[in-house]
Amino acid sequence: MEDDIIQVKSAVKIFDELAAVDNITFDVKRGEIFAFLGPNGAGKTTTIKMLTTLLAPTSGEILIDGNNVEDDKNAVRKAFGIVFQDPSLDDELTAYENMYFHGVLYKVPKAIRNARIEQLLKLVELWGRKDDLVKEFSGGMKRRLEIARGLIHLPKILFLDEPTLGLDPQTRNYIWSYIQDLNKKENITVFLTTHYMEEAEKVAERIAIIDHGKIITVGTAAELKKQTNTATLEEAFLALTGKKIRDHEGSPVEAMRMHHQMWRRR
Amino acid sequence: MSTIYILWLRQLKRYFRSRARMIGSLGQPLLFLLALGFGFGPVYQKAGGGNYIEFLTPGIIAMSIIFTAVFSGIEIIWDKQFGFLKETLVAPVSRMEIMIGRTLGGATVATLQGIIVAIISFFIGFRLENPGDLLFAVAMMFLIALLFTALGTAIASVLEDMQGFQLIMNFLVMPLFFLSGALFPLSNLPGPIAIISRLDPLSYGVDGLRGILINQSAFGLPMDFLVLGSVLVILLAIGSYLFSRIEI
Repeated sequence: MEDDIIQVKSAVKIFDELAAVDNITFDVKRGEIFAFLGPNGAGKTTTIKMLTTLLAPTSGEILIDGNNVEDDKNAVRKAFGIVFQDPSLDDELTAYENMYFHGVLYKVPKAIRNARIEQLLKLVELWGRKDDLVKEFSGGMKRRLEIARGLIHLPKILFLDEPTLGLDPQTRNYIWSYIQDLNKKENITVFLTTHYMEEAEKVAERIAIIDHGKIITVGTAAELKKQTNTATLEEAFLALTGKKIRDHEGSPVEAMRMHHQMWRRR
Repeated sequence: MSTIYILWLRQLKRYFRSRARMIGSLGQPLLFLLALGFGFGPVYQKAGGGNYIEFLTPGIIAMSIIFTAVFSGIEIIWDKQFGFLKETLVAPVSRMEIMIGRTLGGATVATLQGIIVAIISFFIGFRLENPGDLLFAVAMMFLIALLFTALGTAIASVLEDMQGFQLIMNFLVMPLFFLSGALFPLSNLPGPIAIISRLDPLSYGVDGLRGILINQSAFGLPMDFLVLGSVLVILLAIGSYLFSRIEI
């Protein structure tokens, strides 16, 4: 077994002649909690999409658990679970049905499927609400359900794209301690992005900072602070990426995201 | 197989759970049936066309199917960003299975919608010559539903947001419906309209339903099935190609 579960070698993604990800190289160790930080539009989401087979890199090579994301898509897909930035549950289905459908898609054998759904729903404290429609859930409950769902096929890696966005401190705290627990007990590698620097500092063993599609630096929170001679990770982040506010063009997805939020807030 | 089944099941569960949407989408066909059916009935009768409700019902069934089917395809735009579909796209299943499951699900829902309109039409005076034809009619409805769900899927695969939705309704779905002969007979039409209506795949669907239900077919049933079947194969091929290329 290789030590590096994620290996990215000179990955490039070009959209309309613009490099969203510009020649990045990094590795994530097996069993590590790895944070990927960067300002808006830095290339975080594009990188996650390449790692999770949703986008093919324009050039370069990406290996997930030894499998190439372009050649062995299914092997790669079996190896990870993901919680997307936008909710991806089916609101019209119950919590149990969401889990069940996911289990079928990942071909979790029937004999163990139900037991595992029960175990995971209990773990995220949603077993009592298993027959309720997801649309009645709060943001935090949905997140917990998504995490449980992402684990049903026993993935080796869990991708979390801003998993605590819009949640209250209690729920955020709960989710992170749960993820750390999972990482320790099941030895699941966690790859996360977040805008909350103190969260990254608290949970991540190593942090990569990306800006303008390039990785600026990789290291522990202590190393980054030492390197920039700053007291907090937030200051280190600002020292590395500058204080200029990023205005990037609104994409159709962002317009839909706004509509989506408006509808949800009632 | 299990992937196709589970995606089909999901569409059905969603349909049966959203009663408001189910009833809401029956409003339009019902209005058409009542207002046009009883409004134009006397004129149609005087012109020697016979019973207009009888003539109109297959057209309105086709209408509810095409609207539901195209919409269910278009829903993919939303679903791939904020729904279950996004999660499905990173699962270890082929895009082809996802597309087939979703299309079958959407088409089943559209067919159910057509059946409900057919049932409603019995209450306002529509009569079948032979009740056994109903099964045959359901098969025809499913064919129409599949074709237009595939069309919706193909369109949704290339659109990035819902902005284009209105455009598609007004410049594609509405013309397809109004020029299909759902509301008027296709015989003795002026030249250009006659040509356009013969290029409209829904014309063959409406004609097929009419042939089965009230024994009035302009093109003949074999022709209807041939055209619908061929267009369906083409749309499925285009749809699955475009679907396989979705990037989110």
